[in-house]
Amino acid sequence: MPALLEAVDLEAQYGWTKVLHGLSFAVEAGGITTILGANGAGKTTTLRAVCRMVRTSGQVRFDGQRIDSKSTEDIVRLGIAHTPEGRGTFINLSVEENLRLGAYARRDRTGLAEDYDKVYGYFPVLAQRRRQQAGTLSGGEQQMLAVARALMSRPRLLLLDEPSLGLAPLVVREIFRIVRTINQHERVSVLLVEQNAAIALDLAQHAYLLETGRVVMSGPAADLKKDDAIRRSYLGY
Amino acid sequence: MDIFIQQVVSGLATGGIYASLALALVMIYQATDVVNFAQGEMAMFSTYLAWSMLQAGLPYWVTFFATVAIAFLGGLLIERIVIRPVENAPILTIVIVTLGLLVILNSVAGWIYSYIQKPFPSPFPSRPIQLGNIVFGAHDVGEISVTLIVLLLLFLFFRYTTLGLAMRAAAQNPVSSRLCGIRVSWMLGLGWGLAAAFGAVAGMMVAPVVFLDPNMMGGIQIYAFAAATVGGFTSPLGAVVGGILVGVTENLVGTYVHFIGTELKLTVALAMIIIVLLVRPSGLFGRTTVRRV
Repeated sequence: MPALLEAVDLEAQYGWTKVLHGLSFAVEAGGITTILGANGAGKTTTLRAVCRMVRTSGQVRFDGQRIDSKSTEDIVRLGIAHTPEGRGTFINLSVEENLRLGAYARRDRTGLAEDYDKVYGYFPVLAQRRRQQAGTLSGGEQQMLAVARALMSRPRLLLLDEPSLGLAPLVVREIFRIVRTINQHERVSVLLVEQNAAIALDLAQHAYLLETGRVVMSGPAADLKKDDAIRRSYLGY
Repeated sequence: MDIFIQQVVSGLATGGIYASLALALVMIYQATDVVNFAQGEMAMFSTYLAWSMLQAGLPYWVTFFATVAIAFLGGLLIERIVIRPVENAPILTIVIVTLGLLVILNSVAGWIYSYIQKPFPSPFPSRPIQLGNIVFGAHDVGEISVTLIVLLLLFLFFRYTTLGLAMRAAAQNPVSSRLCGIRVSWMLGLGWGLAAAFGAVAGMMVAPVVFLDPNMMGGIQIYAFAAATVGGFTSPLGAVVGGILVGVTENLVGTYVHFIGTELKLTVALAMIIIVLLVRPSGLFGRTTVRRV
């Protein structure tokens, strides 16, 4: 399958500090790819680099088109939705307003009403809390809202940053189940960054392992799961 | 009793003035998370532009709308040129920049137009409206109506339009807004433009009452701050109710509490700011943010 997103020699820095040292990776169209790694390995920065929210060098291609010198706002318009670390909820706005903002950059506004219904179908709890201030939602609900908001832009690629962070295992499983459904039914490709390697490797077809801003291992998720070093360091058994 | 009602009515009139400027303050605060200390001076400057156009012989309403449009562009330019370089600086830096703007606009207006007071026309009839023993100034009624119309437009804009929603979002959470494709930097510019436009309306409504001079907004700005604080800095409706409350209270206290009289009136406004901040920091209509972590 062709790559939907492809990064070659991607570097990123905060001020003088270089965080990514020449990363190369690809996300297959229609697939789920995960980037694993410990704290500070550069996982979040990788996603931020794709969206140009940090200073970068190197090439990033989306659907064959160079996006590494575009602005974040324009990249979003091409069909990349980023669910950021910490969920990025608009806490003072209602749930519905959050979703309206998700659809803000959409050019084709046909089917907007159906998309609300679809998103509320995936996350019924959000429908119940439609008029509620988003800041009052629980962590899990806010994570659902973040995914729902991303879906409202009708993305072709979803960048998911640590959806499991700070959530109860049951909620995490629910969210991952929905991500899988979305991937299959909406044909949205996913690039998932996770610390919870076990659950990420179950979901993804392809995986990369990051250490201090470099790819140290990559391959089909099933292979990485069987790898002894990964099992000991990241799966913990 | 008649005296009491008459004082309330004239309190409403001055309150309307405070409300209109408070509205612009709240507007910019909502759209950019910045309290703009130069708001009054921007309004004053726009009013001078209107005065120049009237002197050149343009009809009142043409001048009115032209001034609003020019003020909008002016506000946008100020944001692009002066505020944008410090956009990510600490809040104190931005506050100091707006204070600098206040001094500059004040001096430039004095330099161009001199400090001599000029009369400014009112678009409303001069004959007062009489109901029984109570007299309403026609300009007062007109000015309050204009303020209420502006409030209604603002409310509709922020509540029901996507652009209004995007502006609120950009002020609250710039990072997430950019990820939704909102051009945050332009939203801030737009916020300044709108606030300047509404400030211009306030200026043109105030000038017939206080006369036009570079310092005409000095005291009013303090009352507007009191109004915005009383109503809550996050609520446009609060700004209007706050403005009217401040105006009426100031008038009644000035009339009935003899040691205050007219000299200590301004103190009433400051006392109201302090009391509100002590008792209910979010103001009457302000929304406190509920946050779960």
